[in-house]
Amino acid sequence: MLYLFYLFAVISVLSALMVVAARSPVNSVISLIVCFLSIAGHYILLNAQFLAAVHIIVYTGAIMVLFLFVIMLLNLNKITEPSKTLTTRIAAVTAGALFLFTLLGALRQGVQITAAKEFDGSTGLVKSVGQSLFSEFLLPFEMSSVLFLSAIIGAVMLGRKDRTPREDAPTHPAPVERRTKKIPA
Amino acid sequence: MIPIIIFLVALLLVTLGVAMYATYAERKVAAFMQDRIGPDRAGPFGLLQPVADGLKMIMKEDFMPANANRWLFFLGPAIAMTTALLTGVVIPWGGTLDLNGTPFTLQVADPDIGILYVFAMVSIGVYGIMLGGWASNNKYALLGAIRAASQMVSYELAMGMSIVALVILTGSLSLNDIVLQQQAGYWNIIYQPLGFLLFLVCAFAECNRAPFDLPECETEFVGGYHTEYSSMKLGFYLFAEYVNMFISSAVIATLFFGGYDVPFLADLGLSQNVTVILGTVGFFMKITFFIFFFMWIRWTLPRFRYDQLMNLGWKALIPLSILNVLLTGVGYYLKNGF
Repeated sequence: MLYLFYLFAVISVLSALMVVAARSPVNSVISLIVCFLSIAGHYILLNAQFLAAVHIIVYTGAIMVLFLFVIMLLNLNKITEPSKTLTTRIAAVTAGALFLFTLLGALRQGVQITAAKEFDGSTGLVKSVGQSLFSEFLLPFEMSSVLFLSAIIGAVMLGRKDRTPREDAPTHPAPVERRTKKIPA
Repeated sequence: MIPIIIFLVALLLVTLGVAMYATYAERKVAAFMQDRIGPDRAGPFGLLQPVADGLKMIMKEDFMPANANRWLFFLGPAIAMTTALLTGVVIPWGGTLDLNGTPFTLQVADPDIGILYVFAMVSIGVYGIMLGGWASNNKYALLGAIRAASQMVSYELAMGMSIVALVILTGSLSLNDIVLQQQAGYWNIIYQPLGFLLFLVCAFAECNRAPFDLPECETEFVGGYHTEYSSMKLGFYLFAEYVNMFISSAVIATLFFGGYDVPFLADLGLSQNVTVILGTVGFFMKITFFIFFFMWIRWTLPRFRYDQLMNLGWKALIPLSILNVLLTGVGYYLKNGF
């Protein structure tokens, strides 16, 4: 088990580094997918099967597919990647190093985490996760679902085509619009 | 430990064997629908045709286009095949055998999250198509890959929602539990006819089978995402489709048609092992029917246009699946209370 943990840990850290180091955006996305899969492995080692499966379905299966979709559609590559100026680079490195020092300083003493519940065989299985979500954490759970709903509605509002005709709109419909018309069956 | 390894190897071989003969069956079914004879040269009734096809695939030149991404070009078919084969481990292929006193269940693993595992594997499977199509450095392949991605994401939602309604009834995500419940009561198709229909349509879309085979639509895209593939890499893509079809049929049979449950089999008074084996035979008969159904649809319906596909997914299937969840919830409440 411990060996598996080290294996997953090494894969997670290396792939996370690859995400920022990779030159091509597609390689970055693939590294991120590998990173997510190894994190799902960590969840399984912690007996959190449900979390692992949902993590793979949501992050690997949906979000990263959309990432890859956008990158492929825009055909991003090295040439279009904006290069940063020297000032930005120095600022980024300084900020990153300071953040690392802060984290190390905070965690140097070691953080004591006490488990809210004793670990038993059912910890992390669907039943126990569901029971705590729908009893103990019902309010935060419902709040986050409302948050998601508002995000969805916001996305639809932003993504909707503007229906009001523009002042400078051409009198003839553009050929692209004509093509999307329904062809009578 | 030893029996489970033997079972795993047997499962792999059976999956590959079924997929192999599904290619033969596809050609025979197509021939039957079009009033032809179909392959009949290799061996009796053309039964050696899959072997001949496989040999042909291996002997072909393995071509890689210039400027293709070597790594991802190789990785695409590998992911497609691996994820297709991985799904079979959570499906309960039969009841519990009695091997000289030690019980042995015909299922490699029965995790608490059986269905979610299947979903996870299916959702990783799309990377095979996407990466392969992108790495080919070909416009048609890229368009096929993009279509595959958008189609998968759209239909996965409705598929997930149809499963949510089913899970409300069963109260368990474990596939073996779902089969055992159906064995004790009625098959889920009786409680979830709409859910079954939604799941079936989405399964067609997830397998990229006609009428949802837009990613490889040959009339528009040459060969879609696998335009640049040849030799056994192409073979892996085509083969993965048949493996997926087999697994989808198995999942449909498990979720809605009782899995390895054969009605009245337990009343015959046969010994335990015989009952279990007959149950597995029954399960494979159900799977065979659904594979045939996949082919039947393919050779009957024309392909959707792309906007029709998206309209069906987002404006018909998803609202229907939400309605189904709602109706199931109300029904469950009226029957059982909270």
